[in-house]
Amino acid sequence: MIRRFEAFWQSDFGWKFRHSPMAILSALITVLLVGAAVLAPLIAPYNPFDSSSLNLMNGFSAPMVPNAFTGDVFLLGTDDQGRDVFSTILYGLRVSLFVGVLAVLFGLVLGVTLGLIAGYAGGRVDGFIMRVADIQLTFPAILVAMLIFGIAKGIIAPQYRDQMAIWVLIIAIGLSDWVPFARVVRGATMVEKNRDYVQAARLIGRKPMAIMVLHILPNVLNPILVIATISLALAIIAEATLSFLGVGAPPTQPSLGTLIRIGQTFLFSGEWWILLFPAATLLALALAVNSLGDWLRDALNPRLK
Amino acid sequence: MKRSLFLSTALAVLSFGAAAHAETLRWALAGDALTLDPHAQNEGVTIMLQSQMIEPLVSRAPSGELEPTLATEWAVKADDPNVWVFKLREGVTFHDGATFDSEDVVFSMDRARSEASQMKGIIASVAEVRATGPYEVEIVTNGPNPILPASLTSIMILDKGWTEANNAVTVQNVAAGEVTFSSTNVNGTGPYMLVSREADARTVMRAYDGYWGKDAFPLAFDEVIFTPIQNASTRVAALLSGELDFIQDVPVQDIERVKATAGLKVESSPENRSVFFGLNVSDTLVAGNIDGKNPLADVRVRQAINMTINRDAIRDVVMRGQSVPAGIIMPPFVNGWTEELNAYPTPDMDAAKALLTEAGYPNGFPITVDCPNDRYINDEAICQATVGMLGQIGIQARLNATSKALFFPQVNAMETDFYMLGWGVPSYDSEYIFNFLYHTRDESYGSWNSTRYSNAELDAQIKAIAAEVDLPKRDALIAEMWETAKNDLAYIPVHHQVLNWAMKDTLAVTVDADNQARVKYFALN
Repeated sequence: MIRRFEAFWQSDFGWKFRHSPMAILSALITVLLVGAAVLAPLIAPYNPFDSSSLNLMNGFSAPMVPNAFTGDVFLLGTDDQGRDVFSTILYGLRVSLFVGVLAVLFGLVLGVTLGLIAGYAGGRVDGFIMRVADIQLTFPAILVAMLIFGIAKGIIAPQYRDQMAIWVLIIAIGLSDWVPFARVVRGATMVEKNRDYVQAARLIGRKPMAIMVLHILPNVLNPILVIATISLALAIIAEATLSFLGVGAPPTQPSLGTLIRIGQTFLFSGEWWILLFPAATLLALALAVNSLGDWLRDALNPRLK
Repeated sequence: MKRSLFLSTALAVLSFGAAAHAETLRWALAGDALTLDPHAQNEGVTIMLQSQMIEPLVSRAPSGELEPTLATEWAVKADDPNVWVFKLREGVTFHDGATFDSEDVVFSMDRARSEASQMKGIIASVAEVRATGPYEVEIVTNGPNPILPASLTSIMILDKGWTEANNAVTVQNVAAGEVTFSSTNVNGTGPYMLVSREADARTVMRAYDGYWGKDAFPLAFDEVIFTPIQNASTRVAALLSGELDFIQDVPVQDIERVKATAGLKVESSPENRSVFFGLNVSDTLVAGNIDGKNPLADVRVRQAINMTINRDAIRDVVMRGQSVPAGIIMPPFVNGWTEELNAYPTPDMDAAKALLTEAGYPNGFPITVDCPNDRYINDEAICQATVGMLGQIGIQARLNATSKALFFPQVNAMETDFYMLGWGVPSYDSEYIFNFLYHTRDESYGSWNSTRYSNAELDAQIKAIAAEVDLPKRDALIAEMWETAKNDLAYIPVHHQVLNWAMKDTLAVTVDADNQARVKYFALN
């Protein structure tokens, strides 16, 4: 393990990383936030998802100021329901990251599969898949996600909505962002499929499925990695937007977007902490992931060597 | 000399121009009227917007008193207790110039009682309306109805000729998405005429020159621009920046800020509206029974829930002091209200848990709380807090908060076991609450009773108070009925809302307890 890390550190790639302060900072912030999200149940002083543990009288406590009724002190204050903002951010990060990562994975699998098929098969299949992609690109991603969310709300019985809300979010966001994956993979596949190694594989009689997955896919992984990282930042923001609009995570299981939505109603009345801390966290997370993706793109680009 | 004469003339013209200059009221609240057809929707905002342009026979002044409007006087007929005689105002014209007379009243009352009308429940006791002269009508009721005039305040009068000429006799069916001539056009006798209307965006009205009450009311504004703004912070921001003159629903958290802004003020009054939870008390839960039973059918479970809700905490934190905790679903203005009835239990988790255990649910049960998120003040936050409080006695409540456009159809279809509702009482009499919320649901009664509560004795009493003319006897009966209602706990009261109207401090406005702003009463100082 340590050996492997050392190999990475000493590699060309590692050298680039060591010499980019931006990349180091972004990676640090990302690791910190992801770690905080994963360890939330251990770090968070309260469980904000358990509504029965909340004391309404703790509502609107300012950061580090004892509550007027109960005398309790909260590091980053509380929201209108008496939820500790710090704990809620940690748990909200979990929701945001969970939705973001799974949505990107979903979009990635879908996009890569369709891209491979389109690029490898060519002709009508290619035309059909890419036209669907074009049509989808004309709709703003958030609109597609809201549409899917609306349909799902109509289908799912009310008593299951809360449990299903997170999965619907994942599918909605994933479905709205498979296109970039499909496009890049298709382009790369079209180049690769005429290479000698693919022709050779075909000659010895390998099935198209095996050629696509075992031969072509490993060679188009770099661009996929870059898109996936940048998509992650976009997916986190999309989730926050949906939740901000009130169609995302349920109010009893707030994500960062839900917290910002709750916070913005108290902007005029002086309870700034309900909005500021979740918003700053979201900003830090999206910015870090995004610049990491940017750096990755440059680092993996052979033309920039 | 010449020059100064010219100047002073110009100044005189200018100052005259300023005095006669059109004063515009820019007014906003969260929601828009659902239609302009006055008999299609019995909903507060809808009736409020319509009442700037169309008028009833009798209305309620901001002070709460009944006030002659299109009728000048009314009395029970001397020799028949089942008949009310209304004398109509003479010299009133509709916006298109047509003269108002008894024919219009008979026509409008019949329209309001027709099948598609949502107003028919309010005047269910009316058997016949007949003209006995051009300016006199008789309203015949099924049995004596002492409170008939008070129930006419939201029955608007349309012009018969205009409505017939435009094929608008049938009341619009809003639920079916119908658009009719009368849902987009108005011809009333009111102080303002419709200039233009874009639903959910902007309604413009102009003062009607031929209004009968020109000298009776302040009528300070020549033009009224009504813009619904759903987002609370946007609405407040528009008021603070001077884009608006008057907003009717200041979020409780912004009241202090508005008060602190120079040139703005907030006028408050307790609202004639109670907010409460309705419980499905039948044998079957919509979401499926728990061990073959509906826990909410057990009055001990309902008592436990009643004991769990910390109304003072909701007032202090969620409502920031802007509510009056309630022990009964009747606002304090209403005939029948007493301090003892309004007493509410102190939260007692141990006693509540004991009651649940006694009822056979020591570990609680799951339930979904259905809630609107854009209807009452902080509705979703109240529901969220309630879900937490229920959790403290082991009831695993889940919150389903939706927009009122989805929520009300769900409640009307009785597809809910635990829902929030607010109820205003325009007639200021308990009968209105019993009739709509407690009577067994059938064709003409109990149309908002989604609890499935049914008590034959109470039903008979509800019909009895509607016809009882001996007032002390009637009040005694009402007190007895509230005892029953309070013990049966089909509804868990939460609080009465407090109204906060924010406006430019040049406006002189009395807050109306029904939250019905009527611009004709607005003055400038």
